[in-house]
Amino acid sequence: MATMTYRDALNAALREEMQRDEDVFLMGEEVAEYDGAYKVSRGLLAEFGPKRVVDTPISELGFTGIGVGAAMVGLRPIVEVMTFNFALLALDQIVNGAAKIRYMSGGQIGCPIVIRGPGGAALQLAAQHSQAFESWYAHIPGLTVVMPATPADAKGLLKSSIRSDDPVIFIEGEMLYNVKGEVPDEEYLIPIGKADVKREGGDATIICHSKTVTPALRAAETLAADGIQAEVIDLRTIRPLDTEAILASVAKTHRVVVAEEGWGFAGVGAEVVDVIQREAFDELDAPVIRVHQADVPMPYNKHLERAAKADAPKIVAAVRRVCYRD
Amino acid sequence: MPTSSPSKSTPKRSASSPPFASEYRDWLRMMVLIRRFEEKAGEAYSLGQIGGFCHLYIGQEALGVGSISALAPDDYVVSAYREHGLALARGMAPRAVMAELFGKATGCSKGKGGSMHLFDTSINFMGGHGIVGGQIPLGAGFAFAAKYRGTSQVSLTFFGDAAANIGSFHETLNMAGLWKLPCVFVIENNGYGMGTAIARAAAISDLWQRAASYGMPGVEVDGQDVVAVRLVTEEAVARAREGDGPTLIEARTFRYVGHSMSDAASGTYRSKEELEASRQRDPIVLFEEKLRGLGLIADGDIKAIEDEVAAVVADAVQFADASPDPDPSELTTDVYAPEGGR
Repeated sequence: MATMTYRDALNAALREEMQRDEDVFLMGEEVAEYDGAYKVSRGLLAEFGPKRVVDTPISELGFTGIGVGAAMVGLRPIVEVMTFNFALLALDQIVNGAAKIRYMSGGQIGCPIVIRGPGGAALQLAAQHSQAFESWYAHIPGLTVVMPATPADAKGLLKSSIRSDDPVIFIEGEMLYNVKGEVPDEEYLIPIGKADVKREGGDATIICHSKTVTPALRAAETLAADGIQAEVIDLRTIRPLDTEAILASVAKTHRVVVAEEGWGFAGVGAEVVDVIQREAFDELDAPVIRVHQADVPMPYNKHLERAAKADAPKIVAAVRRVCYRD
Repeated sequence: MPTSSPSKSTPKRSASSPPFASEYRDWLRMMVLIRRFEEKAGEAYSLGQIGGFCHLYIGQEALGVGSISALAPDDYVVSAYREHGLALARGMAPRAVMAELFGKATGCSKGKGGSMHLFDTSINFMGGHGIVGGQIPLGAGFAFAAKYRGTSQVSLTFFGDAAANIGSFHETLNMAGLWKLPCVFVIENNGYGMGTAIARAAAISDLWQRAASYGMPGVEVDGQDVVAVRLVTEEAVARAREGDGPTLIEARTFRYVGHSMSDAASGTYRSKEELEASRQRDPIVLFEEKLRGLGLIADGDIKAIEDEVAAVVADAVQFADASPDPDPSELTTDVYAPEGGR
């Protein structure tokens, strides 16, 4: 096992899949000559040339649509959005186009495209650059939404996403790019739609994904010192949701906290809670509590920003509440 | 083809040896087929056999027939939602189109798409898209794929005059020009974006001039003249196929009917007189007169075409009416690929 950053794991996945399949190409702003706004595509232009690593103008709607068109006729585009805040400009092509082509063509035309880039907040980027939009995409039938939290998951899931015959929204995190972790040396894939138990425990379950996995694990350590063994479930894929893994853990711990980076209203956690109340009502020993961003645009001031974000202390407090320890 | 001046619709070959004479009868038949098909679709809509939105192509037949006739079989065609006529011109079976309008299992999109979402990959007819301008980047995407794979395919993208005001038009034409993609963009300028006259929506009403911003030729053509449309499209397609990049064609046309079946043909936004005046330049009548003048058809030929087309359209309606609805199990198929991937 090699230790590498999340960024380099993504880079390795891109390289391996481009080596494997001539139809795979990368396009987006600054992906080629600049080597990537966040250096995820570093070295790919040198290896694969400008035909397969394509710099675009700042035209999210246009180049996403060109990617969707290329995918409709069988290429495997990877469209990098510099951040998912900017992908709002491409929503028409993603939601009205990519997600629906297969259905409205009666199954004649697929759309094997990956749209990827960082989502959610970093540090002090303020209201327009700090948004977690996974629930928007997860709402749409036809889309797959993948959000890895670790380098190993990032590599294995990006490779699976590129090989998927359906459009995949692959949301990374600016704050995750430098995270290091062990990545298997041999080739591997991680299946889409499978959650992962990141820590086992029998007293409460913390369901989380992407950037909330690290604070959830930190919270679990804090709680363990207090005699509460929390199980941490990393969803890894938002759609399709791994309800089996969620319900298995609920059956084990009977107490649940759902943490996510984005806003609570109509968020991913709301869907998770719905699954739990519908399928595991009798298993619950306490109401499920959600931890999420404050219901405000992200403030710039660092103290206000910290107050707005879901973090480990908030998760600790929520777990203590579902365990009736406060 | 200069970048900044319109190439008028004068055929470059002499009338004494008319170009495409061997294709004329097919073009006339197709234009008549589209007209009669759309009239019948309008009737079926009124009878409740067709639901939702239904945008008819009546008045624009020369444009679709002339431009699509310039394509090779493996070229791509994509359009917005006023596409029944384009699908027929591309060679989609009238039965499959009508059955789709009826929402039947035998429709080209299995009854899941409807009037606005006609698809047939066997003839590279790539839809049928319902959001104004949404198909413009898709058309460039097909061209991108052709260039990527090194094929000689060209992508022909249709859209209305109103779509030339949406962001996807400008973003796409910029990239298509920048990357010299093998595509031809055809503005079907029927003068109105729903009920808004072009002069009330576009700072420069000569839309072909916008090509100059994107490094491609802009061409204006009389969209009611099927031969003229064929000529400019043929030139643009050849240019794209040779690797010289895209062309923007503005074809001036007129729709005789309302924006959709829910709308009146005339009213507050355009007058009956304007509508009547436009009918004086009916594309089918103009072409019939031309062919008569050239001695290429006689009254009997036109009657034979009308009779044959009437039978085809009646058969399409009968087929659509008799076809089954999609099986209830079809509700949940085709959302995701049946198998995981590559």
